[in-house]
Amino acid sequence: MSQKSDLPQGTLDLLILKVVGLGQVHGYAIAQRLQQVSRNVVQVPQGSLYPALHRLENRGLLAAEWEETETGRVAKFYRLTRKGRAQLETEAASWQRLTEAVGLVLKLTEGGVE
Amino acid sequence: MNWWQRLLRRRKMEEQLENELRFHLEQHTDELIAQGHPPDEARRQARLALGGPEQVKEYCRDARGTRWLEDVLQDFRYAVRTLRNQTGFAAVTVLILALGIGATTAIFSAVNLVLFETLPYPHAGRLMMISDFGGSEDSRGYVAFHTYREVAVRSRSFDAIAVLKAWQPTLVGPAEPERFDGQFVSASFFHVLGVPPFLGRDFEASDDRFKGPKTVILSYALWKRRFGGDGTIIGRQITLDENSYTVIGVMPSAFENVLAPSAQLWTTLQYDTGNISNVQTREWGNHLRMIGRLQPGVSTGQAKLELDAIGHTPVPEFPRAQWATHKEGFIVDSLHDNVTRSVKPALLAVLGAVLLVLVIACVNVTNLFLARGVRRRGEFALRTTLGAERGRLIRQLLTESLLLAAMGGITGIAVAELGVRALVAFSPPELPRVGAITVDGSVFAFGLGITTLIGLGCGLIPALRASRNEPQMGLQESSKRTVGGHQRARTLLVVVEVALALVLLVGGGLLLRSLNRLFAVAPGFDASHLLTMQVQTYGRRYDDDTTCIRFFAQALDAVRNVPGVSAAAFTSQLPLTGDADVYGVQFDDNKSKEAAFRYGVAPGYFETMGVPLRRGRVFNAQDMDGVAVRPVVINESLAKRKYPGQDPIGQRIRFGGSPDRPWDVIVGVVGDVKQTSLAVSQSDAVYVTTAQWLWADGAQWLVVRTRGDAASLAPAVRRAIWSVDKDQPVVRVTTMEGLLAASAAQRRFALILFQTFAFAGLVLAAAGIYGVLSGGVAERTREIGVRLALGASRESIISMVIRQGMTFTGIGIAIGLAGAVVASRAIAAMLFSVSPLDPVTYVVVMVLLTGVSVMACVVPARRASRIDPMSSLRQE
Repeated sequence: MSQKSDLPQGTLDLLILKVVGLGQVHGYAIAQRLQQVSRNVVQVPQGSLYPALHRLENRGLLAAEWEETETGRVAKFYRLTRKGRAQLETEAASWQRLTEAVGLVLKLTEGGVE
Repeated sequence: MNWWQRLLRRRKMEEQLENELRFHLEQHTDELIAQGHPPDEARRQARLALGGPEQVKEYCRDARGTRWLEDVLQDFRYAVRTLRNQTGFAAVTVLILALGIGATTAIFSAVNLVLFETLPYPHAGRLMMISDFGGSEDSRGYVAFHTYREVAVRSRSFDAIAVLKAWQPTLVGPAEPERFDGQFVSASFFHVLGVPPFLGRDFEASDDRFKGPKTVILSYALWKRRFGGDGTIIGRQITLDENSYTVIGVMPSAFENVLAPSAQLWTTLQYDTGNISNVQTREWGNHLRMIGRLQPGVSTGQAKLELDAIGHTPVPEFPRAQWATHKEGFIVDSLHDNVTRSVKPALLAVLGAVLLVLVIACVNVTNLFLARGVRRRGEFALRTTLGAERGRLIRQLLTESLLLAAMGGITGIAVAELGVRALVAFSPPELPRVGAITVDGSVFAFGLGITTLIGLGCGLIPALRASRNEPQMGLQESSKRTVGGHQRARTLLVVVEVALALVLLVGGGLLLRSLNRLFAVAPGFDASHLLTMQVQTYGRRYDDDTTCIRFFAQALDAVRNVPGVSAAAFTSQLPLTGDADVYGVQFDDNKSKEAAFRYGVAPGYFETMGVPLRRGRVFNAQDMDGVAVRPVVINESLAKRKYPGQDPIGQRIRFGGSPDRPWDVIVGVVGDVKQTSLAVSQSDAVYVTTAQWLWADGAQWLVVRTRGDAASLAPAVRRAIWSVDKDQPVVRVTTMEGLLAASAAQRRFALILFQTFAFAGLVLAAAGIYGVLSGGVAERTREIGVRLALGASRESIISMVIRQGMTFTGIGIAIGLAGAVVASRAIAAMLFSVSPLDPVTYVVVMVLLTGVSVMACVVPARRASRIDPMSSLRQE
């Protein structure tokens, strides 16, 4: 990929699962939501969003249907499958543990060696 | 969705992907417009944010997981397109592959089955043919029933031993009478082979009692055809030759009888085991073939030692006839070797030839791929420059090669199938197990595999080169047209092809000359316009000699009255039919004994056959009457050898060694006749009239000299015989010319195949020479242009190209000559009065190969000479 993402490896899938988990949503909205929620800190290249969505759909974590939007256009709406929800929970939990551990380590470094 | 569903719905998925991305762009654009951007600017920004749509699509397709397959399909489509643009290359490659694979598969299928596969019996390696030692390693004699009895009782090396002989019973019933091939066997026959009947029971010792009730076992085919596969046939009585037989069994359909492939029914010999001291019985006639199944763990050598020991030590329980040759020992061959002995040299020679053809085919395909790779070097360099990965290029080439191999393979199956059919049709009668020959799948796979691998290997070279080297080099090279190393490699391959073609041509040439020499051998009679058939008497009333002789005399009269018949006669044995009725003959003057063919003939036989009279007289009608001293006619060589410087007429001879036989007197000498085959010179013969022989021959050959086409008169002649007695079987109807051809069938078989292969080799070699020279000329267009521009004459250009072509033809011929000298030894057994180093053959083949090479050189040479120097220079 020419555009480098600032996201750590594998986190894009987690973020997508989380956003889709909030309710049925189309690709463009996911991009918007990610940008807003992460307060423009996380740069999600839109080009890698769709391949990720398709990959998750293939793995059966997402399901998709074509529906009309409020503006009257037809868009592909994604939602979590049962499997996707389970995946979201385990990944979110392991992310939580990882960040806590990383946070602890960082704190240690600030306080110096005891 | 499964991956294959996704693949099948590819088009729909593409559409959806397109829609999804468009929606994204439109939505983004709308929002940007709402934020106050001008529409054009909004659209631009939206597109920038998303990235290149094609790239995004590609990544999405990758995510779909069916990418590899789509690529394969794309490669496949591309390959089809490429090959369609190069129909010539594709067609030639497929044809060469098909011929190479097909021919090899056909030949090897046959050779493998006949020579290398074990016979279709359980533990077939333990099956042996036991023959009487006939005085030399090459002569295998039949055995007498009492010899078999002694061996069967005294030997411990064998699990079981059986004897067999031919049987030709006539089956009468509601349908038309029909004559079948069958076998008389001892009760142990099927036990020795290890195959029991699938219906009913096997023979038991009680079935094989002298004058016991007669039983018969049917072949599956006969049971199906004649008895409609009736399951209740066991126990039924059928009438064969006016005797009633009880059907006791039916052999399984898979049962193959290598000892008599056409045998349809079997009965027991029912020979007399008593009365052993009377040597004037059929039980002491050496006319049976003997097979045995070794005990497990006993070797052939051990068995032979034991049998020889039995032969050398007579015991009182088994008195022996004077001619019981088992005192000399036995020959023990594996049954497999025995049935394949006569065809082995031909089959191995043909196998060698077809392997050469396969090598030539491989070399040719290699050459084609190399040439093509060179032409496509530019294309690969360009594709590499444009970003094609190395793996992708290799995969592309693999797909093309595999596509070609698959097409070649499919065509090859057809060629192999046709080849096997032709092979069976042309096969010499000695070829065992003909019915079981089918296309061998594993052999086919091997041929396909090896040619494909070679094609793949050669096809890959240019791709590897193009992707390894800097692409600019390739791009430059492709336009520079230099003569590189690949041209040397191709030249080398053509040299190999020429050499192999020469070996094949020499083999074919030697066989052709052998066959010509063979047919130049005078058979001793005039074979043209000669119709032949065997007339057999059947029925109890013909047990009476007078009735039998009268029938043949009446039949002969009837035949002589058929329009178109100029002469006709009967004989007890006919030359070139495989008959070998040999008797010992004693000569009165010096008491010496000779073995000679015994012919019982009707007067008119020599005239009908065109056998020339040398001295004295031939038989006339009076010789059919009973006389005190029988007149006999002998052949020229025998007369010269026995009576050097004397007149043989009036000399006395006697059949057999027994002193109580009367002396016969020689009244005539006739020319030598080839009895066994044209290649065998043994032709000592003694002729006596049918009426004056010891007994009346129940089966006699009718020879008919016709005015027109011999074969077309057969129905009329047969009707004439049946006008005397409509129940008498007339078999083996053919012409003398047909018998002559059949006697050389094995040589002809080898010759046809060799000629075919040699021709294929010649064409392939010529194509190779042409291809390399054409390629060379195309690559050297610029150089030749420069030469022409600098004042070289067109003639000098032509001679330059031809010289180049003839150089590697010359090298190929030199190598090929060395190969042919070695290879021709391998077919020495197939040759007849032609040396394996026959100079005429070698010279003619060299001239032929050189001539064809020159023709292959001329076209590219002329093309080179027509190059326009200006345009060739400008072209660069």
